[in-house]
Amino acid sequence: MDFATIVELLDSAVRLGTPLLLACLAGLFSERAGIFDIGLEGKMLMAAFFSGAVAAVTGSAWLGLMAGVGGALSLSLVHGMASITFRGNQLISGVAVNFLASGFTVLIAQSWFHQGGRTPQLSGSGRFEPITLPGAEAVKDVPVIGQLYDNLLSGHSILVYVAFAMVPLTWWVLFRTRFGLRLRAVGENPESVDTAGISVVRLRYTAVAITGVLSGLAGTYLATGLAAGFVKEMTAGRGYIALAALIFAKWRPVPALGATMLFGLLEAISNRYPNIDLGVVNLPIQFMQAVPYILTVIILAGFIGKAIPPRAGGQPYVKER
Amino acid sequence: MQADQNTTKAGRQATAAPAAKSVATPTGAPAIELKGISKAFGTVQANKDISIRVMPGTIHGIIGENGAGKSTLMSILYGFYKADAGEIWIKGKHTQIPDSQAAISAGIGMVFQHFKLVQNFTVLENIILGAEDGALLRPSLNKARRELKRLAEEYELNVDPDEKIEELSVGHQQRVEILKALYRQADILILDEPTGVLTPDEADHLFRILNHLKDEGKTIILITHKLREIMETTDTVSVMRRGEMTATVSTSETSPEHLAELMVGRKVLLNVAKTKANPGRTVLEIENLKVRDEDGVERLRGINLQIRAGEILGIAGVSGNGQSELLEVLGGFANGTGTIRLNGEELDLTGKHSDGQSRRAKGIAHVPEDRHHLGLILDFAAWENMVFGYHSDPAYQKNRLVMDNAGITAHTQEAMNRFDVRPPIPTLPAKSFSGGNQQKIVLAREIERNPDLLLVGQPTRGVDIGAIEFIHKRIVELRDQGAAILLVSVELDEIRALSDRIAVMFDGQIMGERAPEDTDEKELGLMMAGVVK
Repeated sequence: MDFATIVELLDSAVRLGTPLLLACLAGLFSERAGIFDIGLEGKMLMAAFFSGAVAAVTGSAWLGLMAGVGGALSLSLVHGMASITFRGNQLISGVAVNFLASGFTVLIAQSWFHQGGRTPQLSGSGRFEPITLPGAEAVKDVPVIGQLYDNLLSGHSILVYVAFAMVPLTWWVLFRTRFGLRLRAVGENPESVDTAGISVVRLRYTAVAITGVLSGLAGTYLATGLAAGFVKEMTAGRGYIALAALIFAKWRPVPALGATMLFGLLEAISNRYPNIDLGVVNLPIQFMQAVPYILTVIILAGFIGKAIPPRAGGQPYVKER
Repeated sequence: MQADQNTTKAGRQATAAPAAKSVATPTGAPAIELKGISKAFGTVQANKDISIRVMPGTIHGIIGENGAGKSTLMSILYGFYKADAGEIWIKGKHTQIPDSQAAISAGIGMVFQHFKLVQNFTVLENIILGAEDGALLRPSLNKARRELKRLAEEYELNVDPDEKIEELSVGHQQRVEILKALYRQADILILDEPTGVLTPDEADHLFRILNHLKDEGKTIILITHKLREIMETTDTVSVMRRGEMTATVSTSETSPEHLAELMVGRKVLLNVAKTKANPGRTVLEIENLKVRDEDGVERLRGINLQIRAGEILGIAGVSGNGQSELLEVLGGFANGTGTIRLNGEELDLTGKHSDGQSRRAKGIAHVPEDRHHLGLILDFAAWENMVFGYHSDPAYQKNRLVMDNAGITAHTQEAMNRFDVRPPIPTLPAKSFSGGNQQKIVLAREIERNPDLLLVGQPTRGVDIGAIEFIHKRIVELRDQGAAILLVSVELDEIRALSDRIAVMFDGQIMGERAPEDTDEKELGLMMAGVVK
């Protein structure tokens, strides 16, 4: 394996890890506020469809982005209603969101575009085109550093840079602002927030809305950045892998970056080398696809430190007896 | 927008605080006046038409048994619950308290029985939560650190501001709660059962702090069921019983006996037709039984008891003095140290073979205090509830795989007739029965097994008069058949009517034993208050 291949693999890992990262941060806001969200998958799918559809019709990736975020946001409000206002079971609500998105997107796509449940192929301004960072052309022949700069850092769509910028931003919001303090508190002990005179309901809705926006970005990136248009079930379990990454990262933003990039790299490897021949055994592609989940199970079993979820996670807040 | 709200609030508090201090003399308007407060949870009336006045610069005690409605009342005052009816007046002004924010703005701080702290936050983070000065944390944290230092020096309230709450002892966690209130400029401080989790030393320290705060002009409401704390600390005291405020007196003009009487209350003596006991062999022997709760507080501190076949031992006491823990250990769902022998055979107390099922297999039947959580599964049918705990009994199995549901239902039908459960419909879910009939279902299940030892906790709590009589009759009948019975009740009349011997529990210890005919309510009341041995 030469250096160029490694750079290519890493570049691919960044692109494949980006939707995971956005979805993982989306889940982080929700779960840190005490609302478990297995509906990330559905929200991403919804966003992928709406962004693909609107970008195809209007020819503008930016309008697609707005539509995608709107689609994901509406689903997260459904989840919020079910789990905050009506104090329902958050897992069931999340599963419902996933099913709803899975059926709804294909149905509407077929009804609007008659292309077998997909949106038309995007081209030109319908997609988020790669951005070439200044000087990338000039340095691309410089060994190592130039290669890294040109291939790995430069040449991604705007959403990739947004996703990476979200990591320090999330950290800062969570640990340096009043909103972050309250958000973490409401996921640990909503009673402490309530007795401090802060509305638990409003905080949790805010968190769920942020989750909607971020998973909207993740879905939009799938349809307008990674691919060129919406395809049926195009999230392909990324919402669940993002959740696994969230556990892997123990609900912290910086490790979330590491976890999602690791999972992105695994996907990049399995795409490039469907079968890895180790001489003794031949690892099939399914093994590589399963690795994120295997790692998560190992984490959950407590082999690599303890992953303690927010203490109030999954429990609806009921004040009166 | 939130930032503005908070800064203006902080500003208002800063200017309001000195003004409040000058008002804080024992003359003038009451610091708190409640008028006609009522609150119901579903069908349970937690507070009934409660009125109370607390003068500024005093410590006011509210005393009453667990479940008397003290905590509910204070949660209403703190805006945590909304009252169904009634008015709240703070410092002479009619004040609406729809939420805790309003209570905090009115200068009320509350230290809940179960602390409202975020376990994995630092002390500082907990202090500023909800009282931040702006959108960014750093200025608030710095301010809180300075303020905390000042408060620590002024009131002996030392805590490491950077320690996480989960690393702190319970006593220190409580200090954080008090500091939280003081940081928010509270001049009315409510403490709900503050000493329940404290060691005696920590409790003494707490009362020193409270007296200091009182000298500063702050008003303190102390909720407790411990008579001694009331007598030692408060200026005035109100007694609550079953959701009602039965009396408010000046502490100097009352005595522990009088308060105990007001707390436990008098009730028409229920006549239970029973003959003199004819005790046989010793069934239950308890030696030096000790139990610690999950906070490490010793709830049972060396219990010694014996019960013989054919007698009823009644445990009297204000609830929360270890009776529940005693039942839990005997029933097999709490661990303890010491020795318990049933019919001479030692029981396992370590948790390996101590569970409800193995206790029942040994002949200990249990009518738990809390029948809704421990006695029944409310959503399940009466016939299912009728065999819980005994469901592995071969008599209830059709074969190795399938339970004999029809047989169980038929058995339930008969038991319901014998125990006069109304309506006698085995398929009805347990929650559809009245409290008395639910209790009869539990009682039927336990008594019909002919146990050697029957544990009964609060057998007639929330039960109507007719059912009380029936339940008492059944318990006496079981005694006459030769069972040993341990009866725990907070109703002194019930204890006196049913027991052949009365043991009084106080603070995890047996204060003494009396024969019902050799004692009176007054003596028992004093023992329950821990005054007399």
